Amino acid sequence: MIAYLARRIVQSILILIGISAITFALLYLLPADPVRQIAGRSATPATVESIRRQLGLDQPFLVQYGRYLWNLLQGDLGRSYIQRSEVSQLIVARLPATLLLMIGAIVCELLIGLTMGLVAAVRRGSRTDDSLMVASFIGVSAPQFVVGLLLLYVFAVRLSWFPIGGYGTFSHLVLPSLTVGIMGAGWYARMMRSSMIDVLYQDYIRTARAKGLDRLTILVRHALPNAILPIVAMVGIDIGILMGGIVVVESVFGWPGIGQLVWQAIQRVDIPIIMGVTLVSAFAIVLGNLLADIVAPFIDPRIKLR
Amino acid sequence: MANPVTPDFPAASASPVRPRPGIWRRLVRRPLALIGLVIIAVTLLGAAFAPWLTAFGPDEQMFDGLTLSGEPLPPNTTFWLGTDLLGRDLLTRILYGARTSLFIGIIANGTALLIGTLVGVTAGYFRGWIGSALMRFTDLMMAFPALLLAICLAAVFQPSLWIVAMVIALVNWVQTARVMFTQTSSLTEREFIAAEKTLGASSARILLRHVLPHLIPTIIVWGTLGISTTVLLEATLSYLGIGVQPPTPSWGNIIFENQTYFQAAPWLVFFPGIAILGLALAFNLVGDALRDILDPTQRGRS
Repeated sequence: MIAYLARRIVQSILILIGISAITFALLYLLPADPVRQIAGRSATPATVESIRRQLGLDQPFLVQYGRYLWNLLQGDLGRSYIQRSEVSQLIVARLPATLLLMIGAIVCELLIGLTMGLVAAVRRGSRTDDSLMVASFIGVSAPQFVVGLLLLYVFAVRLSWFPIGGYGTFSHLVLPSLTVGIMGAGWYARMMRSSMIDVLYQDYIRTARAKGLDRLTILVRHALPNAILPIVAMVGIDIGILMGGIVVVESVFGWPGIGQLVWQAIQRVDIPIIMGVTLVSAFAIVLGNLLADIVAPFIDPRIKLR
Repeated sequence: MANPVTPDFPAASASPVRPRPGIWRRLVRRPLALIGLVIIAVTLLGAAFAPWLTAFGPDEQMFDGLTLSGEPLPPNTTFWLGTDLLGRDLLTRILYGARTSLFIGIIANGTALLIGTLVGVTAGYFRGWIGSALMRFTDLMMAFPALLLAICLAAVFQPSLWIVAMVIALVNWVQTARVMFTQTSSLTEREFIAAEKTLGASSARILLRHVLPHLIPTIIVWGTLGISTTVLLEATLSYLGIGVQPPTPSWGNIIFENQTYFQAAPWLVFFPGIAILGLALAFNLVGDALRDILDPTQRGRS
């Protein structure tokens, strides 16, 4: 177990370093010039050159990346070109909002998805089952910005149940979480349905039925826990999908998280922030995958970590 | 051998899959897949015949397309889906926008499928250091926040239709590569491949004659499901203003152009939104049905 963990952690670190190298190279190769953005249109060539030298952007690629990696390994993400402050501080200031949104989204997708899947499995083959599965398909096919705008229109503009965007109270959280959660809910509904159907055909369920237990007890006490566990482990893997949605959803709802931070940075070619947010997201994804793999054998003892 | 495929379904006999008779017939017998096929057909026809289906041009700003105070018109008898902020007919723009979505869906997804299959098959068949290098790279790409990468790339290039397609392809091949890798490496373990090798067949022959035909069902399924993902990604990039650039209409950039006004004119978000959802849904429905029909390992699971 410890050897496994150690190997996986080393692998994860290598993956993160690889991602930093690729992102850095891409941003280096892109035709946009960050110095022009900082200096402004009216700057003289001399000013532009001096800013370039100050930021070390006149150095060859390998020197620039080597310097970035060296700082990164010491936990330093560098300074923003435009905002004149540490990238790590900017990210830390925005991170709670994004984490809150993710927790809200996970709660939404599990609540909606698991319920849908459970009902569909129990009523397998019925009209209810069919319509729930169609609904799950619609969920996974709906573009998040459309869902967000429509939820805003119906529940904020028309019905005024929720605020039209912003951050601060519980009611600000509902619509953004729902927007991110709907796509995931579709996937969870389908997984839950097939997991539940698998469980319902197991011998121990037949035994429970033969003992004369009523349907509800069998479902709640015997089937549900076994069906849910493998799906809960999926939440770790899900983080990648959630991370993908934040830029769009945060910009629809004006949510002050790292998605908005990176979106502004992209428009101003503020490379240290883009690098920082990419690495933080990648870190979350790698960590989620690692957790999912570590939890797996506790959920299903047949799985052995190798 | 009698082939029960009737001439009514020429596509089934023309399809590269070993004629397991009647894939088409089994597809159209599933109500959900049929709905998907109908939506796809309508979109294709709408895109192909756009100039004949509407009396307006996609960029034509109509004199009577705005109210006297300059507001867009809601759906009415002249402009069936209303007009946008510049007084252009929304239905016309949605019809022409279908061309953009289908172009991206086919080009981007085709490229992603090609890259994914090449990487996956190479890694799965040759193993060794090439295989592990390719799969480590794939693992790395899996941990990449894909949408963020696409947004960075698209934001900094001034995107043309082709660049948007390539950006989407670059972030979308990873899943396919993994599936192809798993399939190819388990195929390579099988006796008939070992027998071929013993007989001295070349790698090219084994790959083309034996491995690839077995992968075709997977390619078809992933190809169909992938169109849905690419259509959504294009819409998202265009919605952020960094995908397909106006005045070329795309369902995503219609919403981008008009969203400041959406509280007063919700149809400008609603109709293009429904179009995106419908097309993505259609390819998901058909892809899922194809998986049930074509993929024996998944058959009977749902």
